[in-house]
Amino acid sequence: MSAGPAVEVRGLIKNFGDVRALDGLDLTVDAGSVAGFLGPNGAGKSTTLRILLGLLRADGGTARLLGGDPWADAVALHRRLAYVPGDVALWPTLTGGEVIDLLGRLRGRADARRRDELLERFDLDPTRKTRAYSKGNRQKVALVAALAADVDLLVLDEPTSGLDPLKEEVFTECIGEARAAGRSVLLSSHVLSEVEKLCDTVTIIRNGRTVESGTLTELRHLTRSTVTADVAADPSGLAALPGVHDLSRDGHRVRFQVDNAHLDTVVAALATLGLDSLVCTPPSLEQLFLQHYGDALPVPDAVGAR
Amino acid sequence: MSAATTLPAPVPAPLPARVSAGAGQLTGTGVLLRAALRRNRRRLVTWVLALGGITVYAAVALGAVYPTAADRQARAAVMETPAGILLSGPGFGTDDYTLGAMIANELGLTVLVAVSIMSISLVVRQTRAEEESGNAELLLAAAVGRRAPLASALALMAIADVAVAVVITAGLAGAGLAAVDAAALAVGFALTGAVFGAVAAVTAQLFVQARAASGSALAVLGAAVLVRGVGDVLHHSGSPLSWLSPIAWAQQTRAFVDLRWEPLGLSVALAAVLAALALRLSARRDVGAGLLTPRRGPAAASGWLAGPVALLARLQRGTVAGWTAAMLLLGLTFGSLTDSVTDMIAGNPRLATVFGGEGAGLTDSFTAAAGLYYGLCAAAFTVGSVLRLRGEETAGRLELLLAGGVDRRRVLGAGLAVACAAAVLLLLVAGLGGGLAAAAVSGRAGAVPDQLGTALVQLPAVLLLGALTAVLVAAVPRRSGLAWVAVCWVALLGMFGPLLQLPGWAARLSPFGWLPRVPAVDVDVAPLAVLLLVAAALGAVALLAFRRRDLSG
Ligand SMILES: Nc1ncnc2c1ncn2[C@@H]1O[C@H](COP(=O)(O)OP(=O)(O)OP(=O)(O)O)[C@@H](O)[C@H]1O
Ligand SMILES: [Mg+2]
Repeated sequence: MSAGPAVEVRGLIKNFGDVRALDGLDLTVDAGSVAGFLGPNGAGKSTTLRILLGLLRADGGTARLLGGDPWADAVALHRRLAYVPGDVALWPTLTGGEVIDLLGRLRGRADARRRDELLERFDLDPTRKTRAYSKGNRQKVALVAALAADVDLLVLDEPTSGLDPLKEEVFTECIGEARAAGRSVLLSSHVLSEVEKLCDTVTIIRNGRTVESGTLTELRHLTRSTVTADVAADPSGLAALPGVHDLSRDGHRVRFQVDNAHLDTVVAALATLGLDSLVCTPPSLEQLFLQHYGDALPVPDAVGAR
Repeated sequence: MSAATTLPAPVPAPLPARVSAGAGQLTGTGVLLRAALRRNRRRLVTWVLALGGITVYAAVALGAVYPTAADRQARAAVMETPAGILLSGPGFGTDDYTLGAMIANELGLTVLVAVSIMSISLVVRQTRAEEESGNAELLLAAAVGRRAPLASALALMAIADVAVAVVITAGLAGAGLAAVDAAALAVGFALTGAVFGAVAAVTAQLFVQARAASGSALAVLGAAVLVRGVGDVLHHSGSPLSWLSPIAWAQQTRAFVDLRWEPLGLSVALAAVLAALALRLSARRDVGAGLLTPRRGPAAASGWLAGPVALLARLQRGTVAGWTAAMLLLGLTFGSLTDSVTDMIAGNPRLATVFGGEGAGLTDSFTAAAGLYYGLCAAAFTVGSVLRLRGEETAGRLELLLAGGVDRRRVLGAGLAVACAAAVLLLLVAGLGGGLAAAAVSGRAGAVPDQLGTALVQLPAVLLLGALTAVLVAAVPRRSGLAWVAVCWVALLGMFGPLLQLPGWAARLSPFGWLPRVPAVDVDVAPLAVLLLVAAALGAVALLAFRRRDLSG
């Protein structure tokens, strides 16, 4: 494996005619880590992944994949990665088993034991023609083919779309095993709980641009917590503290938002006011993402209105 | 409160009573038809104008090429040969070969086949293809009756057929031909189109894949053409065998000779019966399903399914098998007729002068003409086969292959290789079938190498069209359907070139025009080598271009 990051994208630009799908996107996947890739519909996730696979050609910026160039070194790189496309289309006249074998052989390293084990775990009947599969079962074909491969990197575009909760669980285990085996994973998703469970780092994009990236803890740090406190003294001075927003009071009870970066100074100030009780709620992941997805910052408003 | 309990419980508005089992099954047909017309308007206009244009052009050109009765009589003699009959019509009016009789007899078959292909493709596009892509599901979930998609497809086809009839009638009448006969000819075209469109409506109910639906309808069309041809060769003006073929019914109106409308009654009846059958079937089956219940298959891929060549070969094996059978039939037909050509020369010295050759010379030029048909069929297959790569791309499956570590050039090369290998097979089978049949009826063993030679000499032109298609797929994927224009172009030049006595340079606008007419003339290697070089260069361009572009849906 290469020493550097598994994926490194800087300032990526892609135009489709006069539509700018990617507009200076940055993305890093550290070797051996699981990276979540998030963004609203049409943000450019699939486009980015398809550029990383050399299926599309970037109009600007740089992209490195496993130390190589995704366009020029496509074939060599593809032997070291496995991909699950966003829309899984399979050859309707082949059986699921045939498709899995074919994809394995193309890559050159098929592991029959692992394939059978995955078929078992995902509860997929390989003897059916892919035309006769349900959506979830088609997805499983692509997943089994990808997870059975002995590769350095997994590129997964909404891999659990269509899976039932039990199979989602199996998928979660498989990603854990992949990480344990030292594989890197880049995973686009709309399922926030899945991202929270699986991912070491998260990149959030909007309109083809990266708006936030880092570990979940880091991202949390960048947002605000909600503080509710009962204090003995007059709390109105709190509003002037840096990082405090939307302060409201009701007698001795005070409620406000605070930037997590300023939490310690605010808590110290609260302590001087004679604390009776203190509740500090970190932002839910949902709020975190919504804040980045939407135009407005809905978190403070929603809470402040209560 | 207590009063409320005495009130009758509120009754939900009753659902409209079901008048009959069929009620509402056609709901939405009009909306679907309008949408289909809008979506297909360019396709419709192209078809109608092309068919109308060819007919009118041929009328004018034939008048110019054969201005006198003597010219036309000489032409009639050619048309009375088995080859002439097979490739044109039953030969009404050959004793007084007027321009009208000439058009009905010689142009009729081509237009009949073209109108039928148009009808088949329109019907399948609107029915099975929509189901295969999943669009139909969305439609049927709206307030659309079960039979509406098929009904609207048939209506679309009918509109196209009527438009063709109107344009051709107007064109021929405008060119100074008898209007009533022109109308009969044109109505015959339209009704025959409707018959085969209705055949496609039935096959679209039977097969799950659009390709299989149109392929089997085209096979029925091919069989009808052959049956008509053989039947008419057996007996001038048609034998009972001819009347089994819907193609014959349109020709049997004897337009411009001794007009009768009755045979068209058969076309109307058959089209109506088939359409009714298809509508019945469409209302009874599951959406997306065919008649055959899906079977299980192997749990693991067999050892050879390990690369793009194997995959593409596997995906096309059914198509290739169908084409092989058709080419064998074509070869057997041409081959078995070779002998009767020679017989006819022996009994008709005037024919020999028309051909300017001995009996053997005539046999050879007949064989060479057969070769052209083998070549055109192989070219049509090859173009379709290379275009499957584009189909794989739009379906999103090429993405899986490429992301699986296959070089783009390897995928395109595999597509070309499979297409070319199959084309060789088709030409071999046609030539062998033709040769064996000719040898069997004439007892002349030399017929086998003659037929094989004329078939295989087509290969460079076939490969060139395949490579041209690859360039389109690689460089202008969204326009790759233009390859069919090239196929139509070479087919028209090949079939009408001799008919219209086009000058040599015009014939050479098609790769087939460069081929030596083996066995009538000796093999000339130079043009074959040039064609192969051009094909190779186009192939190289395609490989280069395919590396450079985005994959697109
Ligand atoms: N082949 C194409 N031609 C034109 N525009 C395209 C093409 N592919 C993507 N786009 C546009 O690029 C933008 C990004 O699309 P992309 O598929 O990458 O979004 P996404 O983040 O994957 O969305 P989703 O969550 O819905 O999957 C969209 O505006 C889309 O319309
Ligand atoms: Mg997407």
